[in-house]
Amino acid sequence: MITLTVNGRTHRLEIEPATPLLYVLRGELGQNGAKFGCGFGECGACTVIVDGEPVFSCLLPAIAAAGRKITTVEGLGTPAKPSPLQAAFIAEQAAQCGYCTAGMITRAQALIDRNPSPSESEIRAWMEPNLCRCGTYLRIIRAVRRLAEAWAKAHPGAPEEASR
Amino acid sequence: MSAVSPSRRAVLAGGGALVIGFSLHRSAVAQDAAAPAELPGDLAKEPLLDAWLRIGGGGDITVFTGKAELGQGLKTALVQLAAEELVVAPEMVRLITADTALTPNEGYTAGSHSMQDSGTAIRNAAAQARRLLVARAAGLLQLPAAKLQAKGGTVVAADGRRLGYGELVGNDLLHVKAAPQSTFIAAKRRRLIGEDVPRIDLPAKVAGGAAFVQDLRLPNMVHGRVVLPPAYSARLRSVDTAAASRLPGVLKIVEDGSRLAVIAETEPQAIRAMATLAASANWDEAPDLPDPANLFETLAALPAETVPVHDGPGDMPSGANVLEARYRRAYQMHGAIGPSCAIGLFDGDALTVWTHSQGVYPLRAALAQLCGLPLAKIRCIHREGAGCYGHNGADDAAADAALLAMALPARPVRVQWMREQEHTWEPYGSAMLVHVRGAVDALQHIVAWDYTVRSSAHATRPGGAGNLMPAWHRARPIAQPAPQPLPLPEGGGDRNAVPLYAIPRLRVMYDFIPAMPLRASALRGLGAYMNIFAIESFVDELAKAAGAGAIDFRLAHLADPRAKAVINTAAARFGWEGFFRAEGHGRGFAFARYKNLAAYLGLAVEVAVDHESGGVRLVRATAAVDAGEAINPDGIKNQIEGGILQAASWTLYESVRFDRSRILSRDWSSYPIMRFSQAPDAVEVHVLDQPGQPFLGTGEAAQGPIAAAIANAIADAVGVRMRDIPITPEQVKAAIGV
Ligand code: FES
Ligand code: FES
Repeated sequence: MITLTVNGRTHRLEIEPATPLLYVLRGELGQNGAKFGCGFGECGACTVIVDGEPVFSCLLPAIAAAGRKITTVEGLGTPAKPSPLQAAFIAEQAAQCGYCTAGMITRAQALIDRNPSPSESEIRAWMEPNLCRCGTYLRIIRAVRRLAEAWAKAHPGAPEEASR
Repeated sequence: MSAVSPSRRAVLAGGGALVIGFSLHRSAVAQDAAAPAELPGDLAKEPLLDAWLRIGGGGDITVFTGKAELGQGLKTALVQLAAEELVVAPEMVRLITADTALTPNEGYTAGSHSMQDSGTAIRNAAAQARRLLVARAAGLLQLPAAKLQAKGGTVVAADGRRLGYGELVGNDLLHVKAAPQSTFIAAKRRRLIGEDVPRIDLPAKVAGGAAFVQDLRLPNMVHGRVVLPPAYSARLRSVDTAAASRLPGVLKIVEDGSRLAVIAETEPQAIRAMATLAASANWDEAPDLPDPANLFETLAALPAETVPVHDGPGDMPSGANVLEARYRRAYQMHGAIGPSCAIGLFDGDALTVWTHSQGVYPLRAALAQLCGLPLAKIRCIHREGAGCYGHNGADDAAADAALLAMALPARPVRVQWMREQEHTWEPYGSAMLVHVRGAVDALQHIVAWDYTVRSSAHATRPGGAGNLMPAWHRARPIAQPAPQPLPLPEGGGDRNAVPLYAIPRLRVMYDFIPAMPLRASALRGLGAYMNIFAIESFVDELAKAAGAGAIDFRLAHLADPRAKAVINTAAARFGWEGFFRAEGHGRGFAFARYKNLAAYLGLAVEVAVDHESGGVRLVRATAAVDAGEAINPDGIKNQIEGGILQAASWTLYESVRFDRSRILSRDWSSYPIMRFSQAPDAVEVHVLDQPGQPFLGTGEAAQGPIAAAIANAIADAVGVRMRDIPITPEQVKAAIGV
């Protein structure tokens, strides 16, 4: 029995402890957001947030996620009520096929959570592990910058480096 | 209203004959093209209005397209067209995409054809439906049609009387043949066409909605995995299925010749059984791949059929300045971020396959042959996959799902390939060779051009089962049919092989290699990527030899004002004239009209070349595109931006690695693609709208120009001419001589 806390809900699951978290999210929990892309930590399509860190769920054994706070893209918002970052992705139309998108959003959310106003170069460096075949990198950067700029505007006294 | 009537089925089945035209040899298609195309777009293939558009008694509107959403924003653009012409909100339109039981047969979603074929058909069907609704309302209300207006799903009279579309439509109103002409909503009344309507599929994709075939979960679904041979040549010598079959959850092990597969209750169980099975398999394989060190020599020596693309005089006039060059392109892959996936369900009588194939009707025909079922017993339904950019593993995975579903009737079987399977077994974009000679005179004119391009096939899509890889491995295999060159004017390896520039002595030949040293098929742009790279690089070489500037030289050889407009716009917006050349930086230009009949694109770029490493970075790109009437300008920009980044990745980083027997590009470290840190600083796309002009396919328009623009910019930056794709740091370094 493994206890997983996903998007604030606790699940007790009868699963193989070594099962990668990705399969538990998509299988037992029926989620769609985290995607299978490579299975070896090379593409980021499976990215979820675990205790504030972006994590490749294809590599993380379920047992290692037990008791930790797991957030998936489903936990940020819904199609009808998107989160600010999800709304920024829509505003910038930052997708083509959209297969990488959920992983991009979860990784970017982990950045926004620690630095609400990242610069473009900080965004690029942070997002580096995630791949997009459709070439939407620039729109993704714009979507994250959109949030960053909104934050900087709302916090005029914030330090210089946070509002570049 | 959603059921398909028998007559409708018959009509759709009849339409099936037309798709074969895609793979016909050029002579047959040339005859086809000569026949008068009376109806616009794919109405010519499927003339009944209610094949495209149905209105229910409650006024609900359903639009049908035989094309598929591939991430290009097709659904949004089609809904825009239908909603505009029916004068309803886009939310009122339900769109059904490629499904052999429901939608017209529009062949493949490929070649940047969707707006021309399906968009044109749907727009005309919707406009004609509006007129029919208004005419019927006029009859019922005893008013002239001119006194009525269609609006928000009703037809309204000046006196306030109104009739809903659902009340008007009856059973037969739209069950009529389309007319050749339509009256579109006047430009000043338009609400949707030309607007940046947000993509209708994104809300689900940003928030974990079920958006992809990978997300489809059917009741009682089980999971299949395949064990693919480790090499093209590998044949199964022995396997011990006992260990895998004892694993928890395993429902079925399939051993059929060299084809191995498992079905298990859950996905992790299937993966574990697959790994166990793979570990117990022994294969015989032969070193039958070319020596990678001599790939291009091997390709040059393979027997080829010569296709005259433009059969003019190719000799160089005496006295002119003659240049000669050879360009080469490695094998490159589609590399979808999500490996191919499909779900099959066989109920003991009929087979249904959910697939991200680009052609559900051709796939259905191939599966009929593969599974020994009549066409009428197979339904293929498109569901989105990860961006495929051509013929990748989608159809093969669909075949896997079909075969596994047949092996375990009554339960839906979901198959997803592993990353390594996608990388090593998808059909690649063929390696290519170009040899060109050209001459310029003292007046800075190109006076002669002799060009030969050489490659394997650029389309080996299913039509028959022999193009489905699983068919090759069965105990009773179906061999891959001999590939054929795709017919002109679109062409395959010879796509865009003819320069649009006015050249008095012009000869263009295509050496089509029937052999495929590595499995090859359609990759975004087909031969256009390489041909435009070669042509636009060589044009720069000729301009330099003539002492002319890149922009002026191109303009001087073009008459088409739309071609000139994209060149002038891209150059101006980029700041070509006042360009400041920082150390190691350079500017490069390229122009093409995709397929010489679709979208026009002018493109200027800045690159930075690192002297130490030879590494090249695309710094910025400015494009101008003319795609005819722009339905959704931001959608066009998104595709051009994406194309620029993707093809910059092909150009700078990508080449399939292999040894004498196996593909070695098995993952993203052995086949690197562009990452965030390598993405340019900025890409600007200017859409030159042409209201009232036909839609021109745009999805592949940037692929060739970006390759050439990068090479031209490298030449500008460091004075060396790079003619091999990918342009690796090692080559650049060697060329600079540091
Ligand atoms: S699927 Fe996890 S990193 Fe690729
Ligand atoms: S949008 Fe297709 S992989 Fe990123």
